[in-house]
Amino acid sequence: MSNNLSTIQVFSTLKLLITAPSKKQISGIKIFVFLFTLIPLARLIWLGFQDDLSANPIEFIERSTGFWALFILLVTLTLTPIKLLTGRAWQVQLRRMLGLFMFFYVCLHIITYIWLDFAFNWVDITKDIVKHPRILVGFAAFVLAIPLAITSNNAMIKRLRERWKQLHQLVYVIAILGVVHFWWLVKKDIREPLLYAVILAILMGIRIYYKKFAKKSTNKPVKNPVMGSSS
Amino acid sequence: MIIQTKADILPSEITPKEVFDNRREFIQRAGFGLLAGSVAMLSNPLNAASLSSGTLGSGAVGSGTTEGAGRLIGRANAPTSSKAIALGPHQKIAGYSKTLYGAGEKLTSYNDVTTYNNYYEFGTDKAEPAVNSKLFKPRPWTVSIEGEVKKNKVISIDDLYKLAPLEERIYRMRCVEGWSMVIPWIGLPLAQLIKWAEPNSNAKYIEFISMADPQQMPGVNIPVLDWPYTEGLRMDEAMNPLAIMAVGLYGEQLPNQNGAPLRLVTPWKYGFKGAKAIVKIRFTDKMPITSWMKAGPNEYGFYANVNPLVEHPRWTQSSEKRIGAGLFAGRIKTQMFNGYTEQVGQMYAGLDLRKNF
Repeated sequence: MSNNLSTIQVFSTLKLLITAPSKKQISGIKIFVFLFTLIPLARLIWLGFQDDLSANPIEFIERSTGFWALFILLVTLTLTPIKLLTGRAWQVQLRRMLGLFMFFYVCLHIITYIWLDFAFNWVDITKDIVKHPRILVGFAAFVLAIPLAITSNNAMIKRLRERWKQLHQLVYVIAILGVVHFWWLVKKDIREPLLYAVILAILMGIRIYYKKFAKKSTNKPVKNPVMGSSS
Repeated sequence: MIIQTKADILPSEITPKEVFDNRREFIQRAGFGLLAGSVAMLSNPLNAASLSSGTLGSGAVGSGTTEGAGRLIGRANAPTSSKAIALGPHQKIAGYSKTLYGAGEKLTSYNDVTTYNNYYEFGTDKAEPAVNSKLFKPRPWTVSIEGEVKKNKVISIDDLYKLAPLEERIYRMRCVEGWSMVIPWIGLPLAQLIKWAEPNSNAKYIEFISMADPQQMPGVNIPVLDWPYTEGLRMDEAMNPLAIMAVGLYGEQLPNQNGAPLRLVTPWKYGFKGAKAIVKIRFTDKMPITSWMKAGPNEYGFYANVNPLVEHPRWTQSSEKRIGAGLFAGRIKTQMFNGYTEQVGQMYAGLDLRKNF
């Protein structure tokens, strides 16, 4: 009995992935993704109250928020390749929310760095940014992400139109800087940053491939970068 | 209107009276619980890690006082069978003398010292060594003495314990990554071991070679560093009274994750100079090329003296975070030679420390 039920559930979930979900389903998915992306923050707060953030809690928070910012960014960058590969486009509607969540974790990352790590010592912070390439590229990624967050609303999309698209291509630069920022952090064991570099390269490769060689298969142009439906 | 105020303590958090009354016995049992935990860890490292920290109790371990809980647990584990000794943790060291080193320093908690380790042979994440080193066997152990010596020798760890009176040395430890600890090491002056080793007049440097056993050390299977881990000192540095061969910390034998059964401690140098689980000591006439020099010649030099004036490409060296100081403690200024200029400064007179970093 319960087996049948779960089979049905699995099927309906799969169906949701294959067929375009209804408007109502999409808002459900959005709420789910919203709550899901808050889990890393909830975990940090929980571990903080348990005094379980390792021997070096500041580093732990910096690593965690940095990881989730990069992870969410890479997830955001998979939405379009999925569309290119499968022709399904509904998931692109999650792009703005995920992008803003990336920015949210970047902000937590920066606040931790400025407040907890350097206690607002601006002289030391400036020195740290200027003297350490890995901090510099991370800081550059943060600065570049600010205009994208500011122009993420519908009014700005309407106002900027083509220029909005150009501006938001900065996300690729941000992703590359983010991976480099992580790569230069690790002393010797580059396996993890290498993994993200490979994922990013694949995601970029799919885009470039479709742009250069497979124009015929994408005869449905993207009407609106974010909403997909209203233009 | 009924206003219900929530109790500020959960019923599950209230210690039953019988447990409270037997709390000392409970702490003793917790020591044994740790043994059980280390066995459980074999099957499930993640769960076991939380289990052992749970049984230890952060209140006891995190106290950060000289009376540290490590000793408490060491006592709790004292009457163990030979099998338990083979498992290893918390063997109390009998008969060492206290010294004035580090007087007034607030010790980093036993828990932090033993769970936050850079020991790539057991994994590159700092939490990994405490988990992955559980099966490591620090005994029986011998150290071979080679190179520019009167004759090659081998010394067992038990004989090494008797080579010179053991002393407790409370030293600051500054990691190149910008964090620091204060650790109550137990060991013997390296100079005593060198005296016993009888180097000849060609010996200008001393090289320390760590164990690299892929069976016991999972990290060795990954070529992150050129194994075995190799470190080195100039002869005069090695003879400096500050340099010790540590065999213990917090009153007990070195935990595996801290470099059991013996490691180098040179508190005026960055932490990576402290080679762990040393199996070979070689006296040479040429400057040894260390593992980290091979890994990043622009980042890690032979001397690796703590120096706030020489920047590192990745980490700020002018300030540091003291482990255990809390989320809002900020940074403390890093001192030249980690604050040991008086003892070691004269060795580097005339040496360009910017070039010889």
